[in-house]
Amino acid sequence: MIPSPAAIRAATEWLSARARWHPLEMLFWLAAFAAIFVLPDQHLILTEIAWLGLFALSLDLILGYAGIISLGHAAFLGLGAYTAALLAKFHIVDEPVLALLCGGFVAMAVGFVTSFLVLRGSDLTRLMVTLGVALILAEIANRNGWLTGGADGLQGVDIKPVLGLFPFDLAGHTGYTYCLIVLFILFLLARRLVNSPFGLSLLSVKSNPLRALAIGISVDTRLVIIYTISAFYAGVAGALVAQTTAFASLDLFSFDRSADLLLVLIIGGAGYLYGGLIGAIIFKFMQDYLSALTPQYWPFWIGLVLVVLVLVGRERITSWTTPIRRLAARLDWRTTAHLTAPSTEEPGH
Amino acid sequence: MMSKYVTGAVAALALGALATGGAYAQGTVKIGLIVSMTGQQASTGKQIKAAVDLYMKQHGDTVAGKKIEVILRDSGSVPDHTKRLAQELIVNDHVNIIAGFEITPAALVAAPLATKAKVVELVMAAGTSIITEKSPYIVRTSFTVPQSAVIIADWAAQNKIKKVVTIVSDYAPGYDAEKSFTERFKSHGGQILQAIRVPLANPDFAPFLQRAADAKPDAIYIFVPSGQGGTFMKQFTERGLDKAGIKLIGTGDVTDDDLLPGMGDAAIGTVTAHMYSADHQSAANKAYVAAFEKANHFRPNFMSVGGYDGMHLIYAALKKTKGKADAESLIAAMKGMKWESPRGPIEIDPQTRDIIQNIYIRKVEKKDGQLYNVEFETFKAVKDPVKAAKK
Repeated sequence: MIPSPAAIRAATEWLSARARWHPLEMLFWLAAFAAIFVLPDQHLILTEIAWLGLFALSLDLILGYAGIISLGHAAFLGLGAYTAALLAKFHIVDEPVLALLCGGFVAMAVGFVTSFLVLRGSDLTRLMVTLGVALILAEIANRNGWLTGGADGLQGVDIKPVLGLFPFDLAGHTGYTYCLIVLFILFLLARRLVNSPFGLSLLSVKSNPLRALAIGISVDTRLVIIYTISAFYAGVAGALVAQTTAFASLDLFSFDRSADLLLVLIIGGAGYLYGGLIGAIIFKFMQDYLSALTPQYWPFWIGLVLVVLVLVGRERITSWTTPIRRLAARLDWRTTAHLTAPSTEEPGH
Repeated sequence: MMSKYVTGAVAALALGALATGGAYAQGTVKIGLIVSMTGQQASTGKQIKAAVDLYMKQHGDTVAGKKIEVILRDSGSVPDHTKRLAQELIVNDHVNIIAGFEITPAALVAAPLATKAKVVELVMAAGTSIITEKSPYIVRTSFTVPQSAVIIADWAAQNKIKKVVTIVSDYAPGYDAEKSFTERFKSHGGQILQAIRVPLANPDFAPFLQRAADAKPDAIYIFVPSGQGGTFMKQFTERGLDKAGIKLIGTGDVTDDDLLPGMGDAAIGTVTAHMYSADHQSAANKAYVAAFEKANHFRPNFMSVGGYDGMHLIYAALKKTKGKADAESLIAAMKGMKWESPRGPIEIDPQTRDIIQNIYIRKVEKKDGQLYNVEFETFKAVKDPVKAAKK
């Protein structure tokens, strides 16, 4: 059956409306870039937020868009970090941007290989498999102390200026600008990806893999692709960590990292790309503020916030921000009511 | 009437402000204390923080006309987080000294910052030998793992222990402890029957202990991070190794004063070498332990003296420089500084900026119903053997 021209038009309109820039989004990025100039004494924590946001974005790609839950995403963070740090240490690739890409690609390669493990089984199996991969990598890094420095961490990493022009400074100005630009570029790519037909097909895979298979979407291929891309993003985030701290240590692979990451994404809300970034901002500032206030007891307050979040968004903790986003959509002068109806918020239960 | 009081109050406030302003004008010396108050190393952080507080309570917060301000930050033992905190303390809070650092990677990650920003990095806990070589501004008031490992090897060789099985945790300080002990013990003609490494996370020592027992050694040499001593002790006696006549020797980490009271009688008889025991017999230590326990309701351990002596070193150095707090002057003043610590006489090595201290051989005994590491032999003024061997 050929769809009517009206239906096609409605569909394309809906698609382009999805991809359209919301004023709040523009505001978000304007604020992020403005921070380069207006918050110079906060650049160190902002640097951390930027790479954590990227890391959370990479988890959002698989969790929020493909429904793959992972407790071992730190595997790729660590891989990216060690790759970038080792390349710099042995002066194989001295230019940070190139080393950054290398870090991403190494993580991507491992992500591709391990994605086939992730395909097998359901959520619980995936949790175990991803966790296992991270543990194995951590142990490999621990065993090969001659290369990685083992539990002491990798020392003697000297990061050269970005593009040969901008050296990393003590106050973190270069670090933040560099991380933010990388984050922005990768965010644009991710945004394009999830709004493409490929991204939509992922959502259908997420909500009902059997049905997706029945209408001719090859589920496994799509999961492999998105998992591999996500690994690349996490690897780049790891490389940013290594480059801004000139260090890499075993805890980058640790379970705590992966668990914190899930926490970040839950705080921000999964499945709309900004969740990871907002979660990273809230998590880091909350952690920084609370831990300066009560160095002993801050995890209690973070825990409390999490409990409240779960209570507020009881039915789906990943989308407690949905009402806010609905409101935002209503505020948008260009989005008409019928366009918001089949939105991404309810990909079907 | 009312307005009179108000004016008075305002004047008083203004005076107060002037007074504090004056103090600030004279200058404040800021110390960024980065330790883990949460996470795996929280017990160490707690000990150090308590000791720093105690020192400041006893000695006031002003020295050589400078006000001492300690800014506490929780590192959670995460190196990149430690680095960011150190960097913020240096850039935003303008600290003169960064202190703390309970794990080696955390101490190492901050080293380039110390060099670049010219601030003193005072290591109060981490014990890997190489740390002080990583920046000319690093000083250590804790210990090095080889200091204890080498001394216990000497003692074992002198006390008719010929065959030993080593058990260490599978990570860098464990390798340090294994290597230092093995080399020294072999140089005395001793024999290592087996070198066993156990996983660092959630260890079950039982199978390893069985292997060790099958080798029939005179003694088992043990190094585990301080938190795991209790589990080890329990499994050691459960296997009946103590009754089989196998002695247990090690560095003091295994019988950490923080955990010793909870280990039970299983620990009795364990011989370890270390630089501090809460039972150290000196007037300075008695006063220290009494004040510490009164303030905190737990026993000070070897990590706490690292913090306490670290504060002393800062105070003494500031007195010597007459309040000059730049890194060059402070480091110059700290080099060669000698004083009587609760652990006994100690000195900062002028060449390596590492600590020189007595290492004591102790045996776990029961005193007044409580377990203590009772010292019975002293090796005087021990330098870090790894760095000493390099020269």
